[in-house]
Amino acid sequence: MRRGLPALVVAAVVVLAAISAAQAQAAGNSDKLNVVASFSILRDWVAIVGGDRVEVSALVGPGGDAHVYTPPPRDAKFVGAARLIVVNGLGFEGWMDRLVQASATRAPVIVASAGVVPLPPPYPPPQAGEGRVGGRFWNAAAGIDPHAWQSVRNAEIYVSNIRDGLMRADPQGRGTYEANAAAYMQELARLDADIRRAVATIPPARRKVITTHDAFGYFAADYGIAFVAAQGVSTETEASARDIARIIRAIREQAIPALFFENAVDPRLIRRIAAETGVRIGGTLFSDALTAPPGPAATYVDMMRHNIREIADALK
Amino acid sequence: MRGRGGVMFTYDVLVSPFAEFEFMRRALVGVCALALGAAPVGVLLTLRRMSLMGDAMAHAILPGAAVGYLVSGLSLFAMTTGGLIAGFVVALTAGALARATELKEDASLAALFLVSLALGVVIVSARGNSVDLLHFLFGNVLALDNETLVLIAVVATVSLLTLALIWRPLVLESVDAGFLRSVSRSGGPAHICFLALVALNLVGGFQALGTLLAVGIMILPAVISRFWSRDLTTMTVSSAVTGIVSGYGGLLLSFHAGLPAGPAVILFAAAVYCASVLFGPCGGLLRGLVSRRHLEA
Repeated sequence: MRRGLPALVVAAVVVLAAISAAQAQAAGNSDKLNVVASFSILRDWVAIVGGDRVEVSALVGPGGDAHVYTPPPRDAKFVGAARLIVVNGLGFEGWMDRLVQASATRAPVIVASAGVVPLPPPYPPPQAGEGRVGGRFWNAAAGIDPHAWQSVRNAEIYVSNIRDGLMRADPQGRGTYEANAAAYMQELARLDADIRRAVATIPPARRKVITTHDAFGYFAADYGIAFVAAQGVSTETEASARDIARIIRAIREQAIPALFFENAVDPRLIRRIAAETGVRIGGTLFSDALTAPPGPAATYVDMMRHNIREIADALK
Repeated sequence: MRGRGGVMFTYDVLVSPFAEFEFMRRALVGVCALALGAAPVGVLLTLRRMSLMGDAMAHAILPGAAVGYLVSGLSLFAMTTGGLIAGFVVALTAGALARATELKEDASLAALFLVSLALGVVIVSARGNSVDLLHFLFGNVLALDNETLVLIAVVATVSLLTLALIWRPLVLESVDAGFLRSVSRSGGPAHICFLALVALNLVGGFQALGTLLAVGIMILPAVISRFWSRDLTTMTVSSAVTGIVSGYGGLLLSFHAGLPAGPAVILFAAAVYCASVLFGPCGGLLRGLVSRRHLEA
């Protein structure tokens, strides 16, 4: 009986130690840097640069439209719990400032697009404020096109901003962030080169598409493919005969080889325009959001590769 | 010189949209065929005091089209078949109920189309894409492909031929149902045939104008023609012509003023309707004023 006591004590100590070690492990898990990104593309980059050291979530998930997002109350909770907030800026998420204020967070906010040379929007804003008319987003105050990530050069700026923000918020992870970012920069450089190579295979006269997408201004400027706006056709209004006639005339006069319309546009209309002009119907382009993992644009690099493949195929 | 400029202007405004664009020609052919088939049906509907029945039927078609859409997307064949089945079921049930029970046909139809509409909305939201729903609620006359044009033409042909067969009993029943019953038993079958024709024309029309506006090209020309003639034949011919003119005018309106095409066609017909209410020689407002003064004098 007496001899049994020390053994029991030893056993208890061992068990307690094991439990506290497990707790320390668990605490280590929740010690990850909690980051909130405004939409899926930023989330992708934070996850890549942050690696194991960060836990990142996107307020507007895959497939969501960040232009017209209305944050539910739980978003304020997410933002309040975050230690770092990453936004696009350039007037892309007008709702984000209000959300950050409402959550009363003290976490630093990184504007990932800082340092990008902004382009004017491909369409004039119809009035003051911000909103969406005929499927086109506008922000009069900003007066700029917010979709800067559509150029891979700009993506490099985004990634370095995110890296710097992470290093400030979590100085111990400096080495990890620098290494991850450097490796990803190389991938971006390859992506950029691949896109330029793909564009080079298209004869210069054929480097133009007509589109209802409004997000490819930076892509167009960087890679020399013209995106002619299909005015009047949108996902929200019914096109008039005048609008369709304009599009057909534009396609004929400018000899545009392909059209890329958003999925929600009436497919019968797209087929009719194609039948009348001989224009090729391009596949789906992704611009403002990634797709959920099995989809063709689950990461930024996948999205850009998918888009250039679709464009090159249609223009060949 | 000036005259020639006028001619050029007229040509540019009235003809060149159709000469330059195939989609405009297709739209014109489509609305012409629709008007030819639907206008006589509309005239008979107004004659039988069933003008609102077109609307009810249009709603009744929705669940069938929705099932077709669920099965195979925006497919012409599936949606047409589905719409036809739903339309026939509702029309035939309402017709049969009216003859078998105490309830009048409009009451049965009102009950059935509400059931049908509710079912349709439930079925469509099961798939949950409101954009596609809009496409088929409103159709698109500017995007008619060969299949749709053939469908509309077949509908017009079938409906004109069938009407030629059942015209006499239909008209007799509308004017003096008791007399027809005393000389023939063709009233019932003719009526049911007629209801089926209404459904057929609406299904043809909803590919082009959508479920909601297909009724317009059926009823509005018929109502308009009533202000211009009391003779059934003249009314039938003039309502077909009014339908065609409205289609042409509405397409031009859509082309020059940038209005959505389907509503533009119906609005053009509505403008003709307003003019007819005012100036129509048969029961128009002005005519009424003039003749009253005539009586007073």
